Amino acid sequence: MVTERASPNRPSIDELWSWLAEVPDPEIPVVSVVDLGIVRDIAWSSQDAETAIITVTPTYSGCPATDVIGQMIQEELLKRGVKRVHLRVQLSPAWTTQWLTDKARQKLQEYGIAPPTEETAAEGDALSGSLVTLGQGAHTPSLACPRCGSTNNEMISRFGSTPCKSLHRCLDCLEPFDHFKCH
Amino acid sequence: MQAASNASKMIYLLRLGDSALVLSQRISELCGKGPALEEDLALANTALDLLGQARLWLSYAGEIEGDGRDEDALAFLRSDREFHNLLIVEQLNGNYAGTIMRQFLFDAWHTLALAQLTQSSDPRICEIAQKSQKEVTYHLRRSSDLIVRMGDGTEVSHALTQAALDQLWPFTGEMFTGDAIDEEMTAAGVGFDPAQLKQTWQTYIDQVFTVATLQLPRQDAWMQKGGKQGVHSEHLSYLLAEMQVLHRAHPGAKW
Repeated sequence: MVTERASPNRPSIDELWSWLAEVPDPEIPVVSVVDLGIVRDIAWSSQDAETAIITVTPTYSGCPATDVIGQMIQEELLKRGVKRVHLRVQLSPAWTTQWLTDKARQKLQEYGIAPPTEETAAEGDALSGSLVTLGQGAHTPSLACPRCGSTNNEMISRFGSTPCKSLHRCLDCLEPFDHFKCH
Repeated sequence: MQAASNASKMIYLLRLGDSALVLSQRISELCGKGPALEEDLALANTALDLLGQARLWLSYAGEIEGDGRDEDALAFLRSDREFHNLLIVEQLNGNYAGTIMRQFLFDAWHTLALAQLTQSSDPRICEIAQKSQKEVTYHLRRSSDLIVRMGDGTEVSHALTQAALDQLWPFTGEMFTGDAIDEEMTAAGVGFDPAQLKQTWQTYIDQVFTVATLQLPRQDAWMQKGGKQGVHSEHLSYLLAEMQVLHRAHPGAKW
């Protein structure tokens, strides 16, 4: 580890975190890449005191936003005066919706996307890697309709507009809504 | 425990990556043509997951090979005989029952195979398998539900789904047939013996088919093989031609 004294003019790690907390997710711009849990670690390089090493974990292996997110992180830090940025992609531990901050969950709900709940999280954990039980998930009592708050809903499709969402319909106000599915 | 040779490990990784890549390309053919908007989205998302997984496997295969080939070189500049995917994934989309049946038979195998690979002695393989497993479990949920809906649906959907199963069945044997490379990888703790997955796979698909009112084909049916060793049906060349033409015409082109 290089100590802070080695380069007194460079920003602190806390500052870097606060800057990245303002970089929006390109597909769901109300939440930041930090809120989503994509940024896993920030450190100064031990070889080069002016290179910031940003460790990111992609949400889905094929998420088309991954490259854009990397670019946005670099641009933001360079714009703020960081000399060099090195992005490190880390697959393990695999990204999970449990890394979504409470703030992110609240913002998603306000934006119209029902966030993962304990119920859907437990279901996701139980299923990962195992063969499935048929006919599950038609009604998810813990999901609140982002428009009217009703928990009376049905699943329309296991995939929504992006890989990270599924599509549901509120059976009271009849509006369809996205759910940030558990993963 | 015997260490695995790099040449064998590279083929092993290509088998995993190529199956994901070829299926991804097949499903992508339906992008914008799905039978319903939700299905179209689901197909595109599944294809995207598989493409991401293929990229992870192929870039590791290139590193193991050590000749400077990256995932793009491996995906776009190899010919059919150099592909090691399972034959089932290169089969044509057919009607929607065929598309979903192919997906279902593969998803069930893929889920079990990745679960084995999360125990691999190679940490990189473990990581990729863990990441992929979450996505593939989800694919299996969807394809299992659809098999029940179509099998236990109308007379027409039932007949088409059963016909798709009968037609694809000879391509399932290869998923459980090991060769010298499988043996070497199993001995090194890197991979698994495919024959071991057979019973669990069959019990599972049989459960789904029972609910879907579909008939499991004969157990002693003749089975196709060769994909893992690079011997393919004619369908693969056409698929590769379409997938590779841009890269071959404009090497290194970027958006």
